[in-house]
Amino acid sequence: MADLDTFRAETRAWLEANCPPEMREPIRDDDDVCWGGRNCQFKNDAQRVWLERMGAKGWTVPEWPADYGGGGLSRAEAKVLSEEMRRIKARSPLSSFGIWMLGPALLKYGNEAQKKEHLPKIARGEIRWCQGYSEPGAGSDLASLRTSAEDKGDHYLVNGSKVWTSYADKADWIFCLVRTDPAAPKHLGISFLLFDMASPGVSTSPIKLISGSSPFCQTFFDNVKVPKENLMGTAGKGWDIAKYLLTHERDMIGGSDSTGGGQRDSVSNIAKRLIGLDAAILADTALRTDIARHEINALAFSLTMERVMAETKSGQGTGALSSMLKYYGTELNKERMQLLMSIRGSDGLVFDGEEKGDGDLARSWLRSRANSIEGGTSEVQLNIIAKRVLDLPGA
Amino acid sequence: MPLILTDDQQMIRDSADGFFKDEAPVALHRQLRDSAEPNGFSRDVWAKMAEMGFAGVLVPEAHGGADMGHVAAGIIMEAMGKNLSAAPMLSTAVLGATALKAGTPEQQAKYLPLIAQGAHLLALAADEAARHKPNHVATTATPSGNGFKLNGVKGFVLDGAAADTLIVAARTSGETDDHAGITLFLVNPKADGVKIDRRHMVDNRGAARVTLSDVQVDGADVLGAVGEGHAILEKMLDAGRACLAAEMLGVSGTSFAMTVDYLKQREQFGQKIGSFQALQHRAAHLFCEIELARSATLKALQALDEGSDRAPMFVSLAKAKAGEVAILASNEGVQMHGGIGMTDAFDIGFFMKRARAAQETFGDAAFHSDRIARQLGY
Repeated sequence: MADLDTFRAETRAWLEANCPPEMREPIRDDDDVCWGGRNCQFKNDAQRVWLERMGAKGWTVPEWPADYGGGGLSRAEAKVLSEEMRRIKARSPLSSFGIWMLGPALLKYGNEAQKKEHLPKIARGEIRWCQGYSEPGAGSDLASLRTSAEDKGDHYLVNGSKVWTSYADKADWIFCLVRTDPAAPKHLGISFLLFDMASPGVSTSPIKLISGSSPFCQTFFDNVKVPKENLMGTAGKGWDIAKYLLTHERDMIGGSDSTGGGQRDSVSNIAKRLIGLDAAILADTALRTDIARHEINALAFSLTMERVMAETKSGQGTGALSSMLKYYGTELNKERMQLLMSIRGSDGLVFDGEEKGDGDLARSWLRSRANSIEGGTSEVQLNIIAKRVLDLPGA
Repeated sequence: MPLILTDDQQMIRDSADGFFKDEAPVALHRQLRDSAEPNGFSRDVWAKMAEMGFAGVLVPEAHGGADMGHVAAGIIMEAMGKNLSAAPMLSTAVLGATALKAGTPEQQAKYLPLIAQGAHLLALAADEAARHKPNHVATTATPSGNGFKLNGVKGFVLDGAAADTLIVAARTSGETDDHAGITLFLVNPKADGVKIDRRHMVDNRGAARVTLSDVQVDGADVLGAVGEGHAILEKMLDAGRACLAAEMLGVSGTSFAMTVDYLKQREQFGQKIGSFQALQHRAAHLFCEIELARSATLKALQALDEGSDRAPMFVSLAKAKAGEVAILASNEGVQMHGGIGMTDAFDIGFFMKRARAAQETFGDAAFHSDRIARQLGY
């Protein structure tokens, strides 16, 4: 305990000395978020300095081993670091699919050379990664993917196309599901490749979404040569890694965006502000009924997150609940956004111009519609529950 | 407090599950219905529940109870819901014990040990309107002799025909819908002017209409302070609502388990109907809903044990969510069983009946949605 207190004191002092004041301001725009990478356009010097200092200590990935560029902190120390960062409202120095997704898979499935090569660059924000999973013909049925990687002795020759590749146009490397054995059953012919987006034959084309933004691309591979040593795990076993990462992604989407409580203002508080009360009752009684119904589900859902975590911690875990949390959490978040649109009425429809107002509501609403599609649709989650939890036949 | 059962509570759950499965299964409910047992429950089972400590679950140890708290009471009620076990658990062990804990030392010493022994039944005579509205009390209590004279009609008194003592909410001052001016009285159902009519409800539980005509009660039979009964009544109702949520969770659990089993056995079009995605998705959705109801119910019971200020909000959350889910689970159960689900010979219909009755008791989902909104200030 004394050690932890010392650690806290040292951490607090280091953060005070090293976190630039600009990095303690709330995030206002997209470019306040730093994604790193070879072509990173830092918004200002403070953003660059903050990433460099945190990256040098490995505190962008506090719990990764120090040998791989991590902080080498224990769980308890990492918690202290996160508390101390919150205390001074420090921004996260780096947002990264390398940290959130590839890193955990590399630690579990990568070989020593791959870990040494890639993890430190992820930790320091030097390489920005994107994820090559979905294809134009393989969405919910991901395992039917057709991007081929033909064995050419010392390298694979990759041909095909990926879609919904987040920020592919800005990424340096891709982790990519490819088919190495077209003759094998569909789940068994898949492998997991890592390669440089600057390789000859790789091209990207942004996709404009209904919200007006273009976070996704279609990505094309035309005779891309990928060295054999860039295969992660065993050839033909890529689906195991894919499933591991999907579960990880599901927890992130279900957990982070859609809790009823948390830091976000509740729907009823927003309604109270915008619609007002009449004799202590929301002035729009029809909407009040819908809001109360939503808040009951939102509260019961956040209690369920709390219970699942407590069960996992105590070893009472029922398991296989990530699909439930993903399904219910994303459906609730969509409902929340629809209610917020109803509360704002015609003002919520403003899409552009001066009076766009706080928070780009119409765009956030449109963005939320993807919650129940990305990372496995709601229908796929229900399939998984039917099969793995309820053990229903033929699912 | 982490939102899970403690080791002790898991042991209570295991013993309650075993007890009701053996002693009061659905078959007993059917037998009580078929034999037209006037109270809708078995006195033998109630005596055994007292031996198990269930009747005294909320009675302090000083009065001979097990004093295990609301989470334990909810665990027992959930096991009863799973098996459709009928007993005066809600009326006596939950509502009665909660009421009497607000009584004078004399009242506590007289009633609480009897409750724990299963030797004395109580019934709450509060609701007058068909839709639950606890502050709506038109029944009057006017000063008379060294006490009061009661006049009024109580429409939905659970276990009213079996009770040894009625807890009557009557108005000593104010207007019909005021919160202030309600007083609780302990009334002997055999007293002059008390008329009890059994009402035959869809779930076969014992409910009665109680008519009070110039019923004379003693000043010593006032429970709590004159005119301040509403706070005690709310406390009783919240304990009852949380336990009903737990019972409905049990009702949902068995309805769902029966339904999933049926999906795995029944064949149509040459395959198990559980292989049809239309039914799989409905079952998977229901699974999620039951998980949410479980979290809300446990939170409400824990909040009552902690004496939290937010307990009424969490109780309404649990009652609203568990009620809505029990209706969904039992409706889906009947629908997915198809024609056989509509037959009296099959049990699933009993669960739908109990879900409906428990949902109506002490406020349905609409009532509690409104109450939550008020508690959250809108």
